[in-house]
Amino acid sequence: MMFSQPMMSHQLTADADAYAGKSAETRHLKPGELSTGTTIMAVSFDGGVVLCADSRVSTGSYVANRASDKIAQLHDHIWCCRSGSAADTQALTDYVRHFLAQLAVETGRLPEVKVAAHLMRRLCYQNKDNLMAGVIVGGWDPVCGGTVYNIPVGGACIPMPFALGGSGSTFIYGLVDAEYRENMTKDEALALVRKAVSHAMARDGSSGGIIRTVVATEEGNVRDYVSGNALPYGPAGW
Amino acid sequence: MASSGSGYDLSSSTFSPDGRIFQIEYAAKAVENAGTALGLRCRDGIVLAVEKPLVNRMLVAKTTGRRIHTVDEYAGLAITGFVSDGRQIVNRAREEASNYEETYGTKIPPETLSARISTYVHYFTLHGALRPFGASTLVAAYDPGTKRHSLHMIEPSGVCYEYYGAAAGRGRQLARTEMEKLSINPARVASGGGEGEGGGGGGGAITVADGVRQLAKIIHSLRDDAKDKPFELEMSWLCEGSGWKHQGVPRDVIADAVEWAKKEIKDNAEDEDDDDDDEEEEVGGGDVMEE
Repeated sequence: MMFSQPMMSHQLTADADAYAGKSAETRHLKPGELSTGTTIMAVSFDGGVVLCADSRVSTGSYVANRASDKIAQLHDHIWCCRSGSAADTQALTDYVRHFLAQLAVETGRLPEVKVAAHLMRRLCYQNKDNLMAGVIVGGWDPVCGGTVYNIPVGGACIPMPFALGGSGSTFIYGLVDAEYRENMTKDEALALVRKAVSHAMARDGSSGGIIRTVVATEEGNVRDYVSGNALPYGPAGW
Repeated sequence: MASSGSGYDLSSSTFSPDGRIFQIEYAAKAVENAGTALGLRCRDGIVLAVEKPLVNRMLVAKTTGRRIHTVDEYAGLAITGFVSDGRQIVNRAREEASNYEETYGTKIPPETLSARISTYVHYFTLHGALRPFGASTLVAAYDPGTKRHSLHMIEPSGVCYEYYGAAAGRGRQLARTEMEKLSINPARVASGGGEGEGGGGGGGAITVADGVRQLAKIIHSLRDDAKDKPFELEMSWLCEGSGWKHQGVPRDVIADAVEWAKKEIKDNAEDEDDDDDDEEEEVGGGDVMEE
């Protein structure tokens, strides 16, 4: 697990300018770095996985992109939700996609979600000093069915029935803990993630825009979105 | 031998005018006269058996010069030919297995392990400065992902095929004929359990326990106790009963199998005195696999 490091006094003075005007959420970013200050989540259900993310990309208080796509495809049935530095997580998913494609060709079969998560974990752990990345890997494979792995900053890899991530997740842990049930149907899982992420977007300043979802099953993948004026909860409905 | 003196057999990096690489053929010759190595894919697992000739009466036979090696939790190799060449292959196989698991977090699939070993073996047939391996390798492995077990054989040329029954070394052709009779290939067994090619369980009705006895019998029947040197029978399995782990067959099980095998051979010999017809079942074509 992570331990917060005490900030050195020289850092406080020397870097004071660079961090001026930054909120607590964006203080970890390098000057000018884009952050997917984010709400992401994934829920496994019988036969697959639902992945969900907001769409805001910010630099400090400036919204650099209000309709971005934080759900990336790693293989035919394997996806991941990205949070943290946009550049870091894009590079990571590119690497994992590359390795998975190689593996699939060598073994001649569909890679397991477990393998995708392991590759992501290795990259995140071995480069932990240079990365700001928290990702959720989820998908369907013929061995384990629908599976979700949470890979938080630092490079742990934790299999979970559902996972939350990003700055917005802190606002909705209670909600999701209360509403999550085992053996949900696909539609129940979709309703849960939309409700939870819309609540996070309402309270978290660095989450917002639209809600994007991906449903990954044996049959294939279904992408969908809920536009900003049709969220289940939020300013539009207030 | 037509090849010797022609100059085309000095390096594996030179083809002969009729498209052969003699060094590889010589390496295959080195395996031909070595102890017999057998592998059998049964319904519930794989059995490996190797005949280890005892070159010295004072040898500690049970522990030294082993021919069967565990490579990973669910994978084992049997080697025959130049055993020291084989050890090199075993080391490489262990590296491949542990590298794969380190990288991908799952066990290496049997086909991938075999393919990587064969790539390694083949590499030694490409360079003028290298000598091909004088060893054949049987790979028994289980795939926890697909729950399939399989048997592969890699030859000095670097070719790799999957088998229901595989044999290398002295008497391999006779051993193959004997293994065919065990109806282990579901595609060839008319009323077999309906298992398709490469199907989950694989193999006909034979069990691992049966396989141990049959391989013991084959190895003993290939020998002439009056002429041949003493030998140690090494056996291992990888089956449902062992939790799919590759491990040595317990010594008492081997001893029972050998006792049964000797009795069978003796009984068969007595039967043959009655009718002496169906001898000499020669399988043509040597052991060159045509494609």
